[in-house]
Amino acid sequence: MPEQTFLDSTELVLNMGPQHPSTHGVLRVILKLDGEKVLGTDCIIGYLHRGVEKIAENRTYAQFNPYVDRMDYVAAISNGLGYCLAVEKLLNIETTPRAAAIRVILTELNRIASHLLWLGTHALDIGAITPVFYCFREREEALKIFEKYCGARLTTHAFRIGGLQYETYEGFEQEVKAFCDMFLPKVDEYEELLTNNRIWVGRLEGVGILTADECKEYGVTGPVLRAAGVKWDIRKALPYSGYEKYDFEIPIRQNGDTYDRYIVRMQEMRQSVRIIRQAVEGIPEGPIMGKVGKVIKPPVGEAYVSIEAPKGELGYYVVSDGSTQPYRVRVRPPSFVNLQALDRMVRGGLVADVVAVIGTLDIVLGEVDR
Amino acid sequence: MADEQKPEGSGAPPPGGEAAKPPAKPAEAAKPSAPAKPAAPAAGAAAGGHAPPKPPPVMAATPWDSELSRDVKERFGDRIAEASTYLGQNFFVCKPDAVISLLEFLKLDADFDYLVDITAVDWPKRPERFDLVYILYSFSRNERVRVKAYIPEGYKPETAVGVHLTANWLEREVFDMFGIEFAGHPDMRRILLPEEWQGFPLRKDYSILQQDQRWVQENMGIESGQ
Repeated sequence: MPEQTFLDSTELVLNMGPQHPSTHGVLRVILKLDGEKVLGTDCIIGYLHRGVEKIAENRTYAQFNPYVDRMDYVAAISNGLGYCLAVEKLLNIETTPRAAAIRVILTELNRIASHLLWLGTHALDIGAITPVFYCFREREEALKIFEKYCGARLTTHAFRIGGLQYETYEGFEQEVKAFCDMFLPKVDEYEELLTNNRIWVGRLEGVGILTADECKEYGVTGPVLRAAGVKWDIRKALPYSGYEKYDFEIPIRQNGDTYDRYIVRMQEMRQSVRIIRQAVEGIPEGPIMGKVGKVIKPPVGEAYVSIEAPKGELGYYVVSDGSTQPYRVRVRPPSFVNLQALDRMVRGGLVADVVAVIGTLDIVLGEVDR
Repeated sequence: MADEQKPEGSGAPPPGGEAAKPPAKPAEAAKPSAPAKPAAPAAGAAAGGHAPPKPPPVMAATPWDSELSRDVKERFGDRIAEASTYLGQNFFVCKPDAVISLLEFLKLDADFDYLVDITAVDWPKRPERFDLVYILYSFSRNERVRVKAYIPEGYKPETAVGVHLTANWLEREVFDMFGIEFAGHPDMRRILLPEEWQGFPLRKDYSILQQDQRWVQENMGIESGQ
């Protein structure tokens, strides 16, 4: 070994987080650097671990329902939908057409709210301050609809096993339609700010590439997978809650870089509006609660049900021992699985791009840690 | 924390999980309010073998017969214990040592190229204490299948990282929560809990109120987290 001179670079270990603002919560990434270059990462997670799966085993099926909202708290309605569908599957029942349509409307509104939060914070991380104000302005309108519907804005507990607790309020349809009319031009506005912005494109293009094969290998789903050219969306592949009735596209891109993931999510918001418009036009009349007993007691068995949450495949594996409490609830969180690919995406890149990649993965630490 | 404890103390289902169930029963039965409540202990009693000695209820799965299940059975012979379907969801039950070769076969020959999840279920009364569950999906067939293996306490299943990279963190979580160690895993550490934590929270004998008191005292500087 030659003697080390001052020109030799040594590996530098840098701690990023858990309080770093761009980690979107309490993610700690230990970066191994050679100058500006990332040699490797190690994610330390679990700061928000609350033992959600353990809590589930000590609650009845209905009692556990509000807890799921606390995982991906920016898309609480999606969490609730997945859980309700999983228990309904175990009970072997289906909800009513009216409840299914309202569920779709609220879930898609929540997808928009979630994507808006992603866009705002992602742009903020990159250095564009303006979009976050625009995004929160429109997100507020979606949250107002949730608040009027069920009284809560974030952790909504909007759905019940078997259907819905609340009927829609007076003027719900009009307000949802008004939101759609208002929102589409706003997406154009965001795109005007960012899509051809030279700094934005320069910071995102070719950064954090994940190919289709790598996505499958790492189990990465959602917009990240679609930006790599895989036309796969659970709403189309294995439709639930009546998604097969709605006409919409799955936006895809080919490069699998951060810029493509941005484009995919922008188009997804447009598609969500398209779904909401169709759903709100023809909400069927009828009851909002399916045939569920007062006591929820599924027969002995197990089921895995997953939905397309804003971040990817959100699955619930529920095991029943025939009692009123679930024997086991396993949550398959998209954020947790997607985060695992972080190392692959940033290795060999620049340290400044780590922030861009964490942003583009759209993780929520409440869901990573559960 | 304080909020979480309240509902437990104030009645409804017992806090201590399985362990605390029997003592809580009389209190529940005595309560006139909810006719639903006794239902839970009744089911528990059936499993525990009380007055009417009913066999514990089992999942009403039906045999699964398809091209894939026949292929797999032919190839793996008696290492496949069961190919069944429940609620339209198909699953294989295989011998613990056959899991990795089955995953490999499903990936390479049947195109199940996406490992959705790995998890476990604890059945403390069974000789093979844990269900090890692998959920797979095939993009080309648009089909899901589960692979299950029953493993005893202390058994070290082979890691699936060689077949699906995503198994890395998923297996770490299973280890963290159930204490199932995966042989050959490149990085077998806890993932959500602190590395020095004692105990495996998702085992049924780990009470919901239980904590690693020593860790809490040493690292948080407080007497107890409760």
